[in-house]
Amino acid sequence: MAIVTLFGVAVVVFLLLRVAPGDPVAMMIAPGASAHDIAELRARYGLDQPFLVQFGIWLDGILHGNFGTSISLRRNVLELLTERLPATLELAIVACAIAVLLGGATAIAGTLIRRTRGEAMIDAVNGLMLAVPDFVWALAFVLVLGVLWPVLPLSGRSDPSVDAALSTHFYLFESLITGRFGIARDTAAHMVMPALALALPLAAVIIRILKEALSEAMVQDYVLVARVKGMTELRLVAGEALRNAVGPTLALTGVQFTFLIGGTVIVERIFAYPGIGSMAIDAVINRDLPLIQGLVLVFGALFVLINLAIDAGVAALNPRLRHG
Amino acid sequence: MPNRILTPTRRQTLALTAGGLIASLIGPRGGAQAAAGDTLTIAYNVNLPSFDPTVGPSAVNPTIQAIYRSVFDQYIGQKPNLAFEPGLLTAWGWNNDKTGIWMDVRPGVTWHDGSPFTPADIVWSFERAGKKETGNPIEFVWSTLGNFKVDGQRVTADMKQFDPTIFKWMAFLTAYVLPKDYFEKVGPEGFEKKPIGTGPYMVDAYQGNAFLRLKANPKYWGGKPAFETVVFKFVTDATSRVAELESGSSDLTLEIPYEEFDRLKAKPGLVGVATPISDIGMIFINSDGKLDKNVRLAAHHAIDKQAIVKRLLRGYGVPIDTLEAPEYEAFDPTIKVPYNPDQASKLLAAAGYSPQKPFKTTIQTTRGFKPKDYEMIQAIVGMWRKVGIEADIEVYEIAKHFELRTSHKLAPLAFYNWGNAIADPSTSTGHAMFGPSPHSSWKSKDLDAMIGPLWGEKDEAKRIAGYKAVDRYIAEQGYVIPLLQYVQPIVYKADLKVTPNVSGAMQPTLVTKKS
Repeated sequence: MAIVTLFGVAVVVFLLLRVAPGDPVAMMIAPGASAHDIAELRARYGLDQPFLVQFGIWLDGILHGNFGTSISLRRNVLELLTERLPATLELAIVACAIAVLLGGATAIAGTLIRRTRGEAMIDAVNGLMLAVPDFVWALAFVLVLGVLWPVLPLSGRSDPSVDAALSTHFYLFESLITGRFGIARDTAAHMVMPALALALPLAAVIIRILKEALSEAMVQDYVLVARVKGMTELRLVAGEALRNAVGPTLALTGVQFTFLIGGTVIVERIFAYPGIGSMAIDAVINRDLPLIQGLVLVFGALFVLINLAIDAGVAALNPRLRHG
Repeated sequence: MPNRILTPTRRQTLALTAGGLIASLIGPRGGAQAAAGDTLTIAYNVNLPSFDPTVGPSAVNPTIQAIYRSVFDQYIGQKPNLAFEPGLLTAWGWNNDKTGIWMDVRPGVTWHDGSPFTPADIVWSFERAGKKETGNPIEFVWSTLGNFKVDGQRVTADMKQFDPTIFKWMAFLTAYVLPKDYFEKVGPEGFEKKPIGTGPYMVDAYQGNAFLRLKANPKYWGGKPAFETVVFKFVTDATSRVAELESGSSDLTLEIPYEEFDRLKAKPGLVGVATPISDIGMIFINSDGKLDKNVRLAAHHAIDKQAIVKRLLRGYGVPIDTLEAPEYEAFDPTIKVPYNPDQASKLLAAAGYSPQKPFKTTIQTTRGFKPKDYEMIQAIVGMWRKVGIEADIEVYEIAKHFELRTSHKLAPLAFYNWGNAIADPSTSTGHAMFGPSPHSSWKSKDLDAMIGPLWGEKDEAKRIAGYKAVDRYIAEQGYVIPLLQYVQPIVYKADLKVTPNVSGAMQPTLVTKKS
């Protein structure tokens, strides 16, 4: 099924890019170029071939691990993707972790203080977090933590004066695993603002869904029984109710995670963060067809993989699903 | 009690750990701040897609030339006022009948890896640039040279077809000298990973879409640069560039909104400079667009360019009436198309149009590509409406503009910009208005008959005079609507001295420390 989905993505993106306005060759024409020069340039990138021939060549390349060569960056697309994808994945994972921790803790706190002014305040802040999109949070962080109280770096993934010399492109994870905490600190500091900007809207969704699920669980019989047995309110919420409430929240978080990866496109640009999001914008502006195709295919593959992981996670948490 | 202090609870341990982590992240900025002294950090407005300055789309992107000029040298150099100066060629000229050229190659220059630079590098660079298969977008210029011969430091070449601008091109797009032996050894991909040139700075570290770190070339033939380290941070978002400078993370930035430029330059510790550059805004007229002479001239006379510059661009722009900016060689200040709405109304009346019975057309424009581009067109459409031209605005992207322009399918009126860093009329009026050029929107035999002979004109004074006549004729016929010359805003820390470049290339070599 996953392969069928990816094939569908490949067909649609290839078709759409061929009918969408904008000619990649037109962007390369210098003053003085003749019609003949333009035709030769088009032939060099295979754009003079019929649609089906172009698609066949591309698909054959993909099946053999060759995603083609980027027109604007003049490098192997697969090489570019493997360089940039780790940056986006790290950012998305950190953002998701922040969202889960923040959202989970706030939902539990809200359930503990339900029907009080504290809960109303949590709901109000949650509404704000939901209403404000990630790029607005990004600009707000730039203003507050970058300009007015400049405590965090504004752009990039690491400080230009630091020689990371890491063997993978997972800067944060590799530096943590290998004990190079100076690099880990620098990378994490560069990640705080973009990760928070991406995390807040997702945290808001988690708060709303989890709090709702916890409230429903708190009136179930097994919770009442546990309460009668003298269990503290915190253990009731975090121990008993949470176990049953977390399933739908996990499924939704997984789906939202894919949207979060999509959201990196704008946030990465604001923070000049070198992931696939910022590369995607440049690819679209330059009509870099091989790179756009590769990027969309990677996004599609990520979507499929994440959904498979969610299904496995939900099944692991829910015995009824696990045992059919 | 003492035991409780020495033995923190699990909750206290977690809180302390979290607090320590946050404190370490938001503590003193250290390297995140633009380093003072020997490092210059530039918040740059474009990414660097490729290190090879002779191939691909980045080779013809004027903004990236500042980076290329830092690492590589051009055959012929160019001063900030666009005047030409010796580069890797110390002298150059034509043979007697202008069928060939000679060039004297600078001696004593070394590549960044320490190997000697020789005339063979010059010949190889020219020959490579002239081969179609290498993908040089200006190949049609370089392929006019052939039969290279080396005699000591002098290189001679035959010209297959006379091009009066060949030496100017040697200071323009793709005119960079690359290392023959090194390039042949490492290949194009190896060169992308570790590029070397003869320029004032050497590539030290590069992170695509994030930053480029350069180190000063201590053996540079032009003298050691002012800064030991230069960092280009690729910050394509204008708001983020402003924040980079305001927070002190960068020392210099450029191409920010004029409102922000005015605000920043008023702040203590920051200085702003805004000077005209070789980039103009213009409205292409499509010769198939059914705009007769009266309508074309009326459309031009109805635009109050001064008001647009003053009100929309806060005074940062220079109104122009031809495609030649004041710094260009064929600029003729006597050619004027004044703002005259009464004249515009009369011309439209002669064509049978009025505000009640307007001439209906379409104008295409970019939105957000150049400062206030869309707003400018909105204002122009408002001015046209008053005299009897009703234009629908259609927004397009840059790629779409290029596609439509090369296929001669632009709307009757289309706004775009045109750069000309070598100031020659052939690379402004010539390519923009000559019918056979894929860049021209106006295609007519009368104009082609005037421009055509100028491509091969060997008498330079006659050639420039010819282009001035062409510009006057275009203004009289209303074949294009030039609007304004752009002004480039640069903001930097007060302890720096910056020399603006008319070409718009903000090279680090134009920045020095104030003594």
